[in-house]
Amino acid sequence: MPMPEHYFELQMLLDRYARLIDEDRLEEWVELFTPEGRYEIISRENLAQGFALPLMLCENRNQIADRVMSLRKANIYNIHTDRHLISQLHVEALPDGWRIGANYALFQTNQEGVSSLYSVGRYDDEVRELDGQLLFVCKRVIVDTGAIPSLLATPI
Amino acid sequence: MNPQDYQWPKADCTRIPYGMYRDPDVYRLEQEKIFQGPVWNYLALEAEIPNIGDFRTIEVGDIPVIVNRARDGKVHAFVNRCAHRGATVQRLIHGNAKAHVCCYHHWGYNLEGNLVGVPFARGIEGRGGLPEDFDKSAHCLRKMRVESFNGVLFGTFAETLEPLEEFLDTTFVNQLKRLFNRPIKILGYQRQRIHGNWKLYTDNLRDPNHGGLLHMFQVTFGIARLNQTGGAKVDKKARHNMSWAAQDMGKNHSDAEYSTPRENNNLTLKDGSLLLYRKEFPDDYNLTIASIFPNCIFQQIGNTLAVRQIRTKSVDEFEIFWTFYGYQDDDRSMDQHRLRMSNLVGPGGLVSMEDGEAIEIVHRAIAADEDKHAFVEFGGRGPVGDQDNLVTEAPMRGFWMHYCELMGITPGDAAHANA
Repeated sequence: MPMPEHYFELQMLLDRYARLIDEDRLEEWVELFTPEGRYEIISRENLAQGFALPLMLCENRNQIADRVMSLRKANIYNIHTDRHLISQLHVEALPDGWRIGANYALFQTNQEGVSSLYSVGRYDDEVRELDGQLLFVCKRVIVDTGAIPSLLATPI
Repeated sequence: MNPQDYQWPKADCTRIPYGMYRDPDVYRLEQEKIFQGPVWNYLALEAEIPNIGDFRTIEVGDIPVIVNRARDGKVHAFVNRCAHRGATVQRLIHGNAKAHVCCYHHWGYNLEGNLVGVPFARGIEGRGGLPEDFDKSAHCLRKMRVESFNGVLFGTFAETLEPLEEFLDTTFVNQLKRLFNRPIKILGYQRQRIHGNWKLYTDNLRDPNHGGLLHMFQVTFGIARLNQTGGAKVDKKARHNMSWAAQDMGKNHSDAEYSTPRENNNLTLKDGSLLLYRKEFPDDYNLTIASIFPNCIFQQIGNTLAVRQIRTKSVDEFEIFWTFYGYQDDDRSMDQHRLRMSNLVGPGGLVSMEDGEAIEIVHRAIAADEDKHAFVEFGGRGPVGDQDNLVTEAPMRGFWMHYCELMGITPGDAAHANA
């Protein structure tokens, strides 16, 4: 049974998750996952039809780190800043951690200061405490905005 | 303005007026001359609609289309717009239906697109209703002619057009036989909205030269080595293009294989499993991108197999609709492998995300100069044939020469040659 302090700690984890992306501190963002941590972005359209095809899939923290390294060293993408809004935290106790859900909206702003709603959807995560720190064992981003505007480079 | 009024200084389309990508009049004419013209448009895969009544709603150019399997077991395609007042008849993007009934006034159509039901056609108690001479058979949904090749569905609005296999020509018939050599299963869909003209994407697909320059993941992490063999094949009219590369990606785990001659790019992935190619065809091609004029692409990038359908939204926007598939006899491990490798492609693809950006920066930058021209001479000038290397964009010109033919443009003609 989650207690108020659990909500608080889990909310802090999500806040940190969003801040590290929004501040482009992606190398630190990687460290929010356990070594086996899985990161997946999938459209609601596919989930609803029972299809497993993701938009992005990292099966462990090394693959998440590779994504970030690729963004830094190899990929060309739209120059932008991200801004996350996260709300409606939902917490369920698991034997060894927490399953949490939350809604998100992600806005992107270009260099000329034009902002647009880039993606809206829901997080469906599993969180565990490791060495005194709450980390994602699994983070699944279920995007309502399955029609990806322009391209998908930085994490949601 | 009229596309013929732009200046086309070169008969071989080595110059393309930017207005072709920006002018709403050009876009309107394309809808008629290209998408409703003498072409076979990709519609869907039979595996998506295996049962009687299964349907998907798609688009051919701007035209909404229902593709479904009728009681005769055959696939029929017809315009998803009520013959009464123009409402969308089937509002779902997929499902199973006994008939398609418009929600507005309940006109009902069978799975062949014929009008079968009109409520209150005779009015109520002799009052109201339609005139006596109303004839249901004159109000069916506009039908497309459909052909299936190895489970791939194509349709056309054209009255007269060469048979599908002739339209595709040998290279592309063989490619479809290769990719659809046994029953497939759908893995899912991806959608990408690009804020640019759709032909900037068909150009991109016929320009293998950008691969190793724009898409740096391949070079940085050793997917595309500079010594790889590759090229492009075209059909008899050079309107379709298949870019191909052959190499063994499965051997790229030693440092020597990962590294490239490029400066500072001696990087290794912490987990290279998404690069492991499992050979699954009798030949050595591990990359084939077959672009069929006008609206579709059959891709094999490693073990990711997908069809991309280009759906035009306006002169300034299009959607890429990706249908990923594997084979029915794939085991669980192969399913997972294909999903893992899908990271390489699509809107978030490690080797493909740049295309969205490249198209948008062109589309934005050319807005003010519709009368200026793109310069297209990589791979040389003159007629377009097969290309024996990747440093070419000549297949782009093949697309444009056929495009001009359908649009009634004579490039290089004195009337619009003085650019």
